[in-house]
Amino acid sequence: MRPSAKWTQLLILFLLIALLPLFFPSGYYFRVGALIFVNGLAVIGIVILTGYAGQISLGHAGFAGIGAYASALAPGHLGLHPLLAVVLGALVSAAVAWLVGRPILRLKGYYLAVASLGFGILVAMVLGNERALTGGPDGMAVPDPGLRDLLKDLGLKLTGGEFWYWCCGLCLLIGAWAALNLQASPTGRALRALHGSEVAARTVGIDVARLKLQAFTISAVYASVAGSLLAMQNRFITPDVAGFMHSIEMVTMAVLGGVGSVIGAIFGAVILTLLPQVLTVFADYEQMVLGAVMILVMIFLPEGLIPSLARKLRGRGE
Amino acid sequence: MSLLSVEGLGIAFGGVRAVHDVGLTVAPGEIVSIIGPNGAGKTTLFNMISGVYLPGAGRVRLDGEDVTGMAPHLLARRGLSRTFQNLQIFPAMSVLENAATGFHLRESGALMADLLALPGARRRSAGALAGARDLLARVGLDRAADREAGELSYGALKRLEIARALATAPRLLLLDEPAAGCNAVETEEIDRLIAGMAQSGIAILLVEHDMKLVMRISTHIVVLDHGEKIAEGDPATVSRNPDVIAAYLGAPVAEPEAAHADG
Amino acid sequence: MDALMQFVFSGVTVGAVYALVALGFTIIYNASDVVNFAQGEFVMLGGMITVFAHLAGLPLPLAALGAILATAALGVALNRLAIEPARGAPVVSVIIITIGASILIRGAAQLIFDKQLHGLPAFSGDDPIRVMGATILPQSLWVIGGALAVFVGLWAFFTRTLTGKAVLATSNNRTAAQLVGINTGWVMTLAFGLSAAIGALAGVLVTPITLVSYDVGVGLALKGFAAAMLGGMGNPKGALAGGILLGLFEALTAGYVSSHYKEAVAFIVILGVLFAMPQGLFGRAGTERV
Repeated sequence: MRPSAKWTQLLILFLLIALLPLFFPSGYYFRVGALIFVNGLAVIGIVILTGYAGQISLGHAGFAGIGAYASALAPGHLGLHPLLAVVLGALVSAAVAWLVGRPILRLKGYYLAVASLGFGILVAMVLGNERALTGGPDGMAVPDPGLRDLLKDLGLKLTGGEFWYWCCGLCLLIGAWAALNLQASPTGRALRALHGSEVAARTVGIDVARLKLQAFTISAVYASVAGSLLAMQNRFITPDVAGFMHSIEMVTMAVLGGVGSVIGAIFGAVILTLLPQVLTVFADYEQMVLGAVMILVMIFLPEGLIPSLARKLRGRGE
Repeated sequence: MSLLSVEGLGIAFGGVRAVHDVGLTVAPGEIVSIIGPNGAGKTTLFNMISGVYLPGAGRVRLDGEDVTGMAPHLLARRGLSRTFQNLQIFPAMSVLENAATGFHLRESGALMADLLALPGARRRSAGALAGARDLLARVGLDRAADREAGELSYGALKRLEIARALATAPRLLLLDEPAAGCNAVETEEIDRLIAGMAQSGIAILLVEHDMKLVMRISTHIVVLDHGEKIAEGDPATVSRNPDVIAAYLGAPVAEPEAAHADG
Repeated sequence: MDALMQFVFSGVTVGAVYALVALGFTIIYNASDVVNFAQGEFVMLGGMITVFAHLAGLPLPLAALGAILATAALGVALNRLAIEPARGAPVVSVIIITIGASILIRGAAQLIFDKQLHGLPAFSGDDPIRVMGATILPQSLWVIGGALAVFVGLWAFFTRTLTGKAVLATSNNRTAAQLVGINTGWVMTLAFGLSAAIGALAGVLVTPITLVSYDVGVGLALKGFAAAMLGGMGNPKGALAGGILLGLFEALTAGYVSSHYKEAVAFIVILGVLFAMPQGLFGRAGTERV
């Protein structure tokens, strides 16, 4: 990737985040925007794991769950500041990813998909069953990080929606920047190389097992931070955050937009987050539309919306 | 003193002896060629030496160290690299990036530095790309550097694999049919390229069907048939060996090996 | 001891359902190397269509037959409309497609039918049969018998008939199968139809015991997949054994450990099998070639 491509993508993203509020008819849309950015952040993790390194995970919501419950539990039980709770969640997720990834990343294709799926469901199950700690399936409240009050003291008054919009937007920008850095770096090249041919990657000295584990761990951290942000802005969390459907949503967003491209995957997050909002009138049809979209995009735009469209435009330009 | 020494190497697939009791040595600057009819076990031998298959019998030594069955990425660290008969490129990456992956051992560093694009990481990356550009020029692919590798012709990809292998700074290079699919001009380029690499002190082990090429550049030739070594020596000796001529009768010499991992 | 027998009976009954789902997976996987995440929806449809056809006045056997045929048709349509067009796509795309199909079918079922739980009358009454100090429902025998019958039928089909062998040949090497004159398109149609029909049959048999609603498919698909993996992907014998074993593990866990973590068993089994013996109980290890 050329350096200019990296800055173009970041600029597009920045403009999107900065200018979108101009078109918001009401404060509610800041909430939707923040949700989009949180999903976008999780999806960037999938881009690193699946788009760069070619590995599948249907269990990444498990890490979002770890992040979310770290934010919910650590302030009360360990007396940590909510921001440190986010860091703790990320560290726990990274450690779990490292341990779980070692055995399961030896697997390929469907086997890897199902093993990761099993991991995610186990996390959701533990969160749902340990009622004493997590409140079980009914969920639990999450303490406010108090950052908004801090800004108020500095003279910056924001509504809750506005605050989380800008906060999540900033996190998304940082996340995208790091992912784009990685893509162009020696490590990123090595990840994309093992995606292309594991045998050839080995013969140039790439430690395939180690690099897959690194990609898995980084993507787990992305999911974990996204989970923490989600928990803190909703002030409430249920085990569904770690559930199978949430894992599927992450992967679908990434693949829909274009799993090989950071900006594409974020676009996938935009579409799939907006879909239920647009379809509220047709709430009964939401699932059908989602299913149909998943099938149609995979058949007709297999690289994902953004890369397929880009290819078509380029083809016309030549 | 030989760099690579192989003794009594053998492997069987499902009871069929694909390679049996093969020995050979390669010294720095030498070009040793392995020839033999289709299915003689040449690629299988390569796969055992380069750690892709675990040998059933025998020893592989690299610079005196026993490296039998060692993982390919550890062999690369010890200076062994290879190309593939059936291409193994990274199709979704640019030609330049393909070659740059070869610098992985020398130019990769801390993951955090890469994520944050710290100056050190950017310098390493730029170093790898500059080195890759030089190597592409050496194999005549500099003008294709920014194209997606999947778009290149077969012969060009063969040379890309050589550039990538060279980027690992190998002491021993295994080339599996580098001239397959190349026209006469390209073959001559590859001929020069291999000779140049040998002159720079790299030990080269070559599998090739183009007999003219083999006879011209090899210092030593090993002949395999049905997985066993039937003859070896310098090109002149081997080409007069009656067993070799017999083994080749009925097997057109210039035809590329059909199946991968042909046993 | 009586308690143990009771757990074994309920485990084998549930296991038989898992085995049927796993057999459905196996057929499609054998023909196309596709793992169909919508397999559980076939079971759901079998149950739901039978329930509603029965409510509409059809006699139970006719309603069940109609449900099985309709579901088989849907399976064929799934292959034609969603799987075939994406032939050669990467695994992750195919996974998204079959999961998309599963979500689509579930959404449609929720619209066409409803979100309630439904049951069916048991085929041979509700009087428990006493065996070795424990009891078993006659409907359980129907479920177990159904799984065995399907297994025997499939075994005969794959080993004794030319068509069955064509399915296996297609899975081994599609191009070669075409070269020897096998109509691989028809083989795929057959595989999806058969697989969906078996899933629907499982739904019909088990609905009197466990009830059915639009959202039972995902759980069943995952359990069925765990069973298939435990037995060894692609092996009918493995699917049967894996299903029964998984059902037993679950029942014994619920009985002796914790009913909360009963649902976790399948996934612990999946992870354990994948780490310890990725080829499963009856599968064969393959060699990766370069």
